Amino acid sequence: MSVAPATETIDPYVDELLGQTSAAQPTTGDVTIENYTINFGPQHPAAHGVLRLVMELDGEIVERIDPHVGFLHRGTEKFIEHKTYIQSIPYFDRLDYCSPMCMEHTYVLAIEKLLDLEVPIRAQYLRVFFAELTRIMNHLLNLGSHVMDVGAMTPNLWLFELREDTFNFYERASGARMHANYFRPGGVHQDVPLKLLTDIADWLDTRLPRLFEDAIGLVADNRIFKQRNVDIATVSRDDAIAWGFSGPMIRGAGIPWDLRRSQPYDVYAKMNFDVPVGTRGDCYDRFMVRVEEVRQSARIMKQCLAEMPEGPVASLDRKVMPPKRGEMKQSMEALIHHFKLYTEGFHVPAGEVYVATESPKGEFGVFLVADGTNKPYRCKIRPTAFSHLQAMDFMSRGHMLADTTAILGALDIVFGECDR
Amino acid sequence: MRAPAPAFAADLNGDTIEAARTALGSALLDAVDRVGEVALYVDRGSVVTALRALRDTPGLEYQQLMEIAGVDYPDRPERFEVVYCLLSLTRNHRIHVHVSTDEEQPVESVTGLWPVAGWLEREIYDLFGVLFTGNRDLRRILTDYGSRGHPLRKDFPLSGYVEMRYSETEKRVVYEPVNLAQDFRNFDFQSPWEGAVYVLPGDEKGSLPEAKGAPTPLSADALQKADAAKTPSAPAAAPSEPYGKTTSGTGDTGAGKADPGNQPQDKPKDPAVIPTKGHGQQS
Repeated sequence: MSVAPATETIDPYVDELLGQTSAAQPTTGDVTIENYTINFGPQHPAAHGVLRLVMELDGEIVERIDPHVGFLHRGTEKFIEHKTYIQSIPYFDRLDYCSPMCMEHTYVLAIEKLLDLEVPIRAQYLRVFFAELTRIMNHLLNLGSHVMDVGAMTPNLWLFELREDTFNFYERASGARMHANYFRPGGVHQDVPLKLLTDIADWLDTRLPRLFEDAIGLVADNRIFKQRNVDIATVSRDDAIAWGFSGPMIRGAGIPWDLRRSQPYDVYAKMNFDVPVGTRGDCYDRFMVRVEEVRQSARIMKQCLAEMPEGPVASLDRKVMPPKRGEMKQSMEALIHHFKLYTEGFHVPAGEVYVATESPKGEFGVFLVADGTNKPYRCKIRPTAFSHLQAMDFMSRGHMLADTTAILGALDIVFGECDR
Repeated sequence: MRAPAPAFAADLNGDTIEAARTALGSALLDAVDRVGEVALYVDRGSVVTALRALRDTPGLEYQQLMEIAGVDYPDRPERFEVVYCLLSLTRNHRIHVHVSTDEEQPVESVTGLWPVAGWLEREIYDLFGVLFTGNRDLRRILTDYGSRGHPLRKDFPLSGYVEMRYSETEKRVVYEPVNLAQDFRNFDFQSPWEGAVYVLPGDEKGSLPEAKGAPTPLSADALQKADAAKTPSAPAAAPSEPYGKTTSGTGDTGAGKADPGNQPQDKPKDPAVIPTKGHGQQS
């Protein structure tokens, strides 16, 4: 980008005539423009939390990105080592706070695997049902904010309306709008009222399709939206594998890989759903994969509603699952169990498992090391964001500065999970 | 397995161990199948060649490195274990590869095999202090700029050593030694009341815990095998019969008869008059 002086001139007036200097600020021609480095975040509305990107720019072209993470590091893994197994479930809600129940899901499955604990079929249905509600909840936020990151306001507001509904359903099931603490090793905390299930069924039939399709209809074929997303940050299949992509990111790259299908847990094996894949591996594909996943999640939820049997919603093993309040009023044994479970907790036999589920953002895994006591010896949480955000550098290279927000939006990163 | 955990192709576990033995040769120290998951223990010096073999050998094909976990076992001579969790998309199978090391012996980086390993190794370096040779960007990643120590080591206190606050007098963030208003309450439930264990012949049959979740010296794997050898699993949707008492009549609970209370004859004749026990009120 340097303009070398064409000729060595002696007269400064000639320089000025040639446009190489100005009278007000006489310099000898243009100097070479170095790449410059700017900070994006940690406080930035498009950073989706506390992300700091140190970007090296050549003009408006991104040359290199160094993401700095860890601003939300709370030491969750260290905490978990000091809490009993049930006491650590609420920490999982606070990992990816946009899809809390899916975080719990992995953890309780890991504990159940070590305990070799059977889970009643209704509990499995309820967990799948709420995991899919959570997927819709997560995608509503991500799709909306992705759209807003590239400049459109309306769909985000409409999708937030729907997201509010999902929060209300959360509250009616678990008592909390976000941090549900609803899944338990052995089932779920309590049964849902029938009216809640019928209300969700109504919502799936009427409100969700109408509002969601309205909002997506505004952007899916929109010229500006496509200009901002198509062919931005294309990822090949090989790259997606090498960078450890999962979830919508690997499906966006064209690999039909969905843990719900290939490694089914709970009752996913009984569910009929399609796995959408992208064709070009760009931001637009990732967006559309998520859009289709919302529709498929609604489909799974309807199947759950149709097939869900009656029965207990938690394991009947009284060494794992605390008794209900009514039983405690009548049975001394129940009272003892309740006391022991909420002070000491249950013991998990020694062993190591790596359990991964399809969270809305990708493969969310827990590597759980138990040593036979009532507390985990080590609980390594595999966040989806770590591998995806790390790929930000090569995905953004050569794109414009304004594209980084589109790329970041399509990555679907939440820092509660990334930083732990 | 009774738990509804993710069902990858666990029937390939045996074949995988055999294939790994031939592919890795002497680099493979041990290979076990526990709780339905294959764990390979690999010599530290040959971790890169071993993982490359696991990735590239037909029949193994672990294309994706999903996670690297660190575990600290302070009692072992080499206290840290680095666990690589691999996933095969083509065979739909998972394994984990364990490598042990200590504070000084570095592990060779696998960033050449999987670029994703860069941050995963940084995280282990940050939280455990395990060194990786060949990782060109081994900075801290999760902890604060300029923090010291490796927080996930077992000898690192839960509270840490420093705390941070904004000082109104100095108009900046200051770091101070941790000062807790109340100690962290950590109860030891490894009950000393249980006393000595006298094992009589035949007791090993009874060593299975009373129920899942009860304390047991057995490993999860042994329990699962014992469980699988036992009867086929009971129907999960069986109605609940948890505790002895099932009815809530007063005869069962011993609560006696409740006072019906507030019967018509107990009420005052004149609703404006409040009856008292004595004769304070004129009728």
